[in-house]
Amino acid sequence: MLEEVFRGEWGRVLASLVGFLGDFDQAEEAAQEAFAIAARRWPESGVPDNPGAWLVTTARNRAIDRLRRERTLAEKIHLLPVPEVTMDEFDDTVIKDERLELIFTCCHPALALEGQVALTLRAVGGLETAEIARAFLVSEETMKRRLTRAKAKIKLAGIPFAVPGAHLLPDRLDAVLAVIYLIYNEGYRGRIDLGAEAIRLGRLLAGLMPAEPEAYGLLALMMIHHARRRARFSGEDLVLLEDQDRSLWDKGQIAEGRAVLDRALELGGRGAYVVQAAIASLQAGERIDWPRVAAMYRRLVELTGSPVVELNRAVALAQAGDPATALRAVDRLDLDGYLYFHSTRGELLRRLGRDAEARAAYHRALELATSTPERRFLARRLEQL
Amino acid sequence: MQYALLIYTRRGYGEELSEADRAAAYAEYLAFGEDERCVVGAQLEPTETATSVRVVGGRTLMTDGPFADTKEVLGGLCLIEAADLDEAVELAARLPAARLGGTVEVRPVVRR
Repeated sequence: MLEEVFRGEWGRVLASLVGFLGDFDQAEEAAQEAFAIAARRWPESGVPDNPGAWLVTTARNRAIDRLRRERTLAEKIHLLPVPEVTMDEFDDTVIKDERLELIFTCCHPALALEGQVALTLRAVGGLETAEIARAFLVSEETMKRRLTRAKAKIKLAGIPFAVPGAHLLPDRLDAVLAVIYLIYNEGYRGRIDLGAEAIRLGRLLAGLMPAEPEAYGLLALMMIHHARRRARFSGEDLVLLEDQDRSLWDKGQIAEGRAVLDRALELGGRGAYVVQAAIASLQAGERIDWPRVAAMYRRLVELTGSPVVELNRAVALAQAGDPATALRAVDRLDLDGYLYFHSTRGELLRRLGRDAEARAAYHRALELATSTPERRFLARRLEQL
Repeated sequence: MQYALLIYTRRGYGEELSEADRAAAYAEYLAFGEDERCVVGAQLEPTETATSVRVVGGRTLMTDGPFADTKEVLGGLCLIEAADLDEAVELAARLPAARLGGTVEVRPVVRR
């Protein structure tokens, strides 16, 4: 219970402290101190009405105390712009929500991508370093270094703690969305469900930027995909969309995802995440309208120019009943090193009755497969030929 | 904050530009130097003119040429004053070399 409150409040408290102290490490230390005090007191005194404000106030006071104690930093106290406050003076309206600033700082493109991802999960999501390390299958020491390097660069290179101005915003919002989507695509590894974590971040971002359709688009996309996660595997085996047991789908989450998608569309969203969410929504339908899915993929190809998206469009064409056109589209692509290029070709050739070529394509896919479920899936396909 | 903008270009890239492009780029560098955020700027002579110096056992040793023999070389630098990295990057992106195939490295100057 207390842990949940802490997770929920961490980002807001840390953001407020970074804004106040202008320093990530000091902010983190002060926040940790405040959370430790809360962990001691709250079980007896009860959780305060406004836990976030309590934590921020306590942390600020501790930070000020520490700055005062450290004589070498004495001058800095005079530079602190905010007057000392006592706990009962604080209410929620006083504490500005600076989580959006925090998100843009953590996802600054001047940081290495893996640093952006780690720092977003740590600072905004409130995950422990050890948890993040486990999720990314690296040692805790490695993850700690990654975080330290990112924080050091923020400080030394002067990466701003600010929401970028209008002329920078589109690019920088793309960077934020990319980080969240990357976290989502790491999926479920180890003890933390990064998919659920990414959805939490996506929800937070959409809430903080309620006029940005792409933020809703990404959130809707992740929710609708996440709703199908339990049907995607049968034990160790991958299950294709058409073979999935729909009773395992989380209908509530699909409905919620669709409502979020509607919001994005109302806002005029026609960007890449909105289109992907619309495709996911169609694919979660009772009967899938494949020609419409293919048309959506065409739009997505126009937006992204990505050959992988073109490959998906071809799959939709085949599902719509035209494997020959689909194969022609696939054969135009230059994706020889891509597993799904070969598995898709294999499937299309099989449907066209060209079994020998299909077998060769599946063999090539098998050479490129790295995960056990993928290898098992392809081996089964080969057996069936 | 102060930042150094280190301008790296391929050797002899200036000669590859047309007369008009070179003149335009030169004018842009001059205009950049006029920006009040530019503390100081300098264009460097080619690396053929470089001398690398080390002091070993009290003796000053010289070698002909740049410190590192690379395809891309330091062709110039600017010292700028900017509020944060975003402003520094915006200024760096205005240097003609950045869009003419070169790279501008943005390095914060140590604060004292």
